[in-house]
Amino acid sequence: MRAWLALVARDLAAARRNAGDMLAAVAFFLLACGLFPFGVGPDPVVLARIASGVVWVAALLAALLPLDRLVGADYEDGTLDQLLISGLHPAAIAAAKAAVHWLATAAPLLLATPFAALMLALPLRAIPILLAALALGTAVLSLLGIAGAALTLGARRGGVLLPLLVLPLTIPVLIFGAAAVEAASVGFPVAPHLAMLAALLAAAAPLAPLAAGLALRSAAE
Amino acid sequence: MAAVLEARDLAGERAGRLVFEGVSFCLGPGEALVLIGVNGAGKTSLLRVLAGLGRIAGGVLSWQGEPVAQDPLAHAARVALLGHADALKPQLTVFETLRHEARIRGGSAGEAMAATGLESLAESPVRILSAGQRRRVALARLALGARPLWLLDEPTVALDSAGVATLARLVSAHRTRGGLVVASSHLDLPIEGAQTLRLAA
Repeated sequence: MRAWLALVARDLAAARRNAGDMLAAVAFFLLACGLFPFGVGPDPVVLARIASGVVWVAALLAALLPLDRLVGADYEDGTLDQLLISGLHPAAIAAAKAAVHWLATAAPLLLATPFAALMLALPLRAIPILLAALALGTAVLSLLGIAGAALTLGARRGGVLLPLLVLPLTIPVLIFGAAAVEAASVGFPVAPHLAMLAALLAAAAPLAPLAAGLALRSAAE
Repeated sequence: MAAVLEARDLAGERAGRLVFEGVSFCLGPGEALVLIGVNGAGKTSLLRVLAGLGRIAGGVLSWQGEPVAQDPLAHAARVALLGHADALKPQLTVFETLRHEARIRGGSAGEAMAATGLESLAESPVRILSAGQRRRVALARLALGARPLWLLDEPTVALDSAGVATLARLVSAHRTRGGLVVASSHLDLPIEGAQTLRLAA
């Protein structure tokens, strides 16, 4: 556990020094959300109607941006070999990478989310639910994303392959995530949707690192 | 002397192609093995197999009589590897790098820096180091965690004569403690009394 935390701390320290990547994801997220009012017109009724879906899709796409470098850089510079002989289980290494991705990419996106929601005239009372749903949903994406990144290691055009592999798997997250926000804006109960997101997270938390761990091992061979 | 690391008829492949086969050797505590062979003879592939990173395509590799394949995770925790790539993050300083590594593997970052003459570079980011200095940081990592099996892939590359002397000192201290060394090189390595193994292309 100590070694695992040390690995997370190391990668977070490295990510903090590369803060540009983190800011790029946040800027992409805000820009993508900001483009919609130009595309569909400034009518607040229309914007509020599409706000939750737009924020969700933009957040998922933005969170994908730094994903391939997170594992790819380790693969190229030999760090992955060193990690695999560190004595940590490969699944634990993958779980650490997912945790780092969530903390370094998804958490800043969550901070920017209220601004994006306001730009799109989302009802204020829906914003806390949006944040809760996004926190759960981006955690699922981090886990699936690390598995995808590990699978595409060493593949030419891995950067293009990764979204093609991961985005279809995020459809359930998107459905329940957007539905939670929809329910909150019209005053319906949100608990069932959040519970479904939590269930997706509970399924991905053990399975994705196991798959990613196997993929990391076979990439090193 | 009891064999600690034993390879019997070991074969390894890379990208589905057999790169070496019929490799047998036996190392006891404090012993060293130097791999020689032309480019492409499979020295790096053999070292990766010994590290548990490459797949064993045939034969048996055993540690204290137990086949390594039975418990790959336990074997991984015995190995320290100095590969072609230095595996350093350019944005971290030398001290940060070694402190994090020490937390992951055990050992002391300060002692590792002292043993490799890196104290004056402690606060320098790895990004600005020369190739030889980066190699020294990789050497310092080798000394962390008291791993019993050191695998060195062309360890003298980019090192100056003082760096080679540091390497010699680290290796001999490691062997005095009963550690094992397997190293590959084209040049003479500063490792005394080592067995040699020639890999055919």
